[in-house]
Amino acid sequence: MIVYKYIAEALFYAFMLLIFMGGFMAVRSRMLMHAVLGLAVSLFGIAGLYFFLGSPFLAMMQILIYVGAVCIMIVMGVMLGNTPDQLAAKNYSRRNTFLAVIVCSTGFATLFVAIGQTKFAPAAERVGDMSIRFVGENLLFKYCLAFELISVVLLTAIIGAIILARGGREEKAS
Amino acid sequence: MMISGNLNTYLIISAILLIIGLYGMVQHRSLIGILISSEFILNGAALNFMAFNRFIAPNPAVGQIYALFIMGIAAAEAAIAVSVIIAVYRKYRSEDPEQVQDMKL
Repeated sequence: MIVYKYIAEALFYAFMLLIFMGGFMAVRSRMLMHAVLGLAVSLFGIAGLYFFLGSPFLAMMQILIYVGAVCIMIVMGVMLGNTPDQLAAKNYSRRNTFLAVIVCSTGFATLFVAIGQTKFAPAAERVGDMSIRFVGENLLFKYCLAFELISVVLLTAIIGAIILARGGREEKAS
Repeated sequence: MMISGNLNTYLIISAILLIIGLYGMVQHRSLIGILISSEFILNGAALNFMAFNRFIAPNPAVGQIYALFIMGIAAAEAAIAVSVIIAVYRKYRSEDPEQVQDMKL
């Protein structure tokens, strides 16, 4: 039985490695297609962490929505908007990289110290569990208004995206 | 020592995700790259919600619902951003943020 614990721990390290490798790839690669691939790898790792946090439902949603929908949409944007040779000619300026590393490491050090020094007390009593049934009940009763609003937001975004992407075409035709 | 059952591990991972996104936003030279980096920041926030939900929240469904909402907002944001980038590219023939910063279409 104790073996499974170690296997789970090794898997946790593997997911962490996926997240960091994907993030590094997304930030440092010159080709945008590689950056999107890094984003997808990193999102898979985060879906694995959701399993560890006790919510397989959210892990599935992460893979379905983020890896399946958002990444594909960004790939579409890359293919419609960019030519690869244009990207290869672009180079990073060394001074910018240096400044960005300084800013980000300072921010991370601040956050690290803040996380280390804060004492998080668990809630006195917990109601319900992590199951999908409980989430669904909460979505349909307590958070019903927010749930409906988010669908309105999505609808508006889709209509807006269609209008924005269509505008140029009409201009060209006339 | 098991680190997968510790709240601080998840908080530090999400802080690293935030920093990766911030670095990418400063570093990337194209609008799509900035969009990719913003996805990292959103994911860091969602992971933070889930970690607090698992360890200290009184109602364990709220964090999951918040993470779901973040996914919905991210999908809407990506759709809008990609169509704006396509419109900008049609107008300017480039995706360099330096060239489109006056936003005169």
